[in-house]
Amino acid sequence: MSTQETELPTEIKPFDWRAALRRNGGLVALAVILLFNILVTPNFLQMQTLFVNISQVATIAIVAMGMTLVIATGGIDLSVGAIMALAGALAPLIFLSEFGRAYPALGLTTAIVVPLLAAIACGLFNGILVANLKVQPIIATLILFISGRGIAQVLTNGNLQTFSNPSFSYLGTGKILGLPFQGWLALAIACVLFLVMTRTTFGRYVLAIGGNERAAELAGGPVKRVKIGVYMICGVLSGLAGLIVVAINSASDAARNGNLMELDAIAAAVVGGALLQGGRAPIFGAILGAVIIQLVKYTLLANGVEDEVALIAKAVIILAAVYVQQARKE
Amino acid sequence: MGDLDAFDLRKTLARSPQSVAVWVALAALILFGLLRYDNFGGAYNITSFLNYNSMFIVISVGMCFVIMTGGIDLSVGSVAAFTSVIAAYLSPYGIEVALPGAVLAGIGFGAINAISIIALRIPPFIATLATMLGAKGSALVISGAQTISVDWGSNFTKMGMEQALNILPWSIVVVGGVVVALWFVLEKTSLGRTVLAIGGGADASVLMGLKVNRATAFVYLLSGGCAGLAGVILASGFGAGQPLEGIGWELSAIASVVVGGTLLTGGLGSVTATVAGALLLGLVFNILNFENGRGTISFSAYWQMVIRGGFLFAVILFQARVMSGKATREAKA
Repeated sequence: MSTQETELPTEIKPFDWRAALRRNGGLVALAVILLFNILVTPNFLQMQTLFVNISQVATIAIVAMGMTLVIATGGIDLSVGAIMALAGALAPLIFLSEFGRAYPALGLTTAIVVPLLAAIACGLFNGILVANLKVQPIIATLILFISGRGIAQVLTNGNLQTFSNPSFSYLGTGKILGLPFQGWLALAIACVLFLVMTRTTFGRYVLAIGGNERAAELAGGPVKRVKIGVYMICGVLSGLAGLIVVAINSASDAARNGNLMELDAIAAAVVGGALLQGGRAPIFGAILGAVIIQLVKYTLLANGVEDEVALIAKAVIILAAVYVQQARKE
Repeated sequence: MGDLDAFDLRKTLARSPQSVAVWVALAALILFGLLRYDNFGGAYNITSFLNYNSMFIVISVGMCFVIMTGGIDLSVGSVAAFTSVIAAYLSPYGIEVALPGAVLAGIGFGAINAISIIALRIPPFIATLATMLGAKGSALVISGAQTISVDWGSNFTKMGMEQALNILPWSIVVVGGVVVALWFVLEKTSLGRTVLAIGGGADASVLMGLKVNRATAFVYLLSGGCAGLAGVILASGFGAGQPLEGIGWELSAIASVVVGGTLLTGGLGSVTATVAGALLLGLVFNILNFENGRGTISFSAYWQMVIRGGFLFAVILFQARVMSGKATREAKA
């Protein structure tokens, strides 16, 4: 695993196993799932398994990192899945258009830049509602949660867009050192965000707002701008994830792209150690959380559990993760 | 019902001008429809409109109670889908078994929400988001991801397809009864006062010795039960249990509640204005359908979601302005 922010409590005596479990619940869960898979799931210890899981986990991790920042300010973003669908619908529309076919290179660039700009605009919309109009984040982001996907479906008329565009598909199928491109991309984003959170005033303010918004405001902090900023970051990361999903499938389905992603992302962030009340932004924790969520999905799937039952399992995991977090706060 | 409405209207007028605005908008929209379309006031349109929207009215009223406590219930759509399947399975035993059975199933999910929120202290939107997943998964499991046809031989389909005394659809009669009962609970009982007090400030309510947990449990059980009833109407009206229905219903319900002037932060709300909000939202779609029929516009089904979101956006903008206006006035005073 990547660097972990908390260190293993090797010197606690008498050993407080409950506190230790809470502090390192994510790592323990990961170990349990890995052990279970090694023992039970056929063909688990293979390069192919690693490859599949990394290529799947990257999108969850990318969105979960954005969600972690939003949650760190005490907010929430339910619109991430819809933004994925919107960005994912726009890209093929652009590079399959006459313009995109006539100028492939320019078309490809536009097909990546424009959806990301649209995703940023969605984040801006959420941010303004939350920061300037003081609408609760759940309600504010609920608007795009429903209508964002609607817009994507209106744009594509509800059709599945299939394509063959190797350059664009590199986003989802490319390899570096034998591992999926998007895995490296997620790792790079994590490093950047980690630096932003630890080394910049923006990062300090994100945590300050989550810790005590009123105090941050009285201290003269640019509360509104920082809040809008985190929703924009969350938006652009969701858009990127949407592009990756489309690139993996060589097809864009506005009805399915990013469906229920908000739950995965919230769960990953919370499992990774984010507090719903705000004030904490464990970026690498979000990746750990995403890995756990992905492995649970994979475990259920590989052992022949139906998708429907997997939904129920996911619900239980989310409740358990949030419950453990709540307990830690008290 | 006319008397009750008038009575409540006077009070809400003083409490919240937005509630009045909703009634005015509703009346204006009905007038517009009557003047513009031939069949708008026809028996068929009125019956099918009331039948379809009775589902949204009942979940909106349940949602209204939840929101008044400052909470939220995102699970209503999935729970209605689940209970529609339950109702379809119970339909051979008749409506007198299927209705309570499905409502109980809905209350069961409400109980899960209540336990998660009160005992485990999980934030309402996470708790109900998880239930939304759980209910959806459960609906797909028990139905095998298929629509489940109801028993057409029993009296089950009466609820969604026939009229009481050949006037009003049974669905709206039942929902109307629920609305009146809940209006009474909110306005006339200590339980209703407690619900509003929680939204005004949960800690203060506890200190005042109000039974906060009991009232909180009540609103989530109620919302689950209302979603259960909506599921019965769904199965009865369409002749099948529909495990995949209910997507976006929570948004419609929240929009109706907010349109009715209930504050999302809790502490203020009205049952009748919520009903008006639900009718208003339904009427917007009804009129869009008529416009589609005339060919002036051509909206695909996908536009529905966009419009729902846009509608909620407009209302939130309105409420945000009202609130900020109020805040500045209070600050000046």
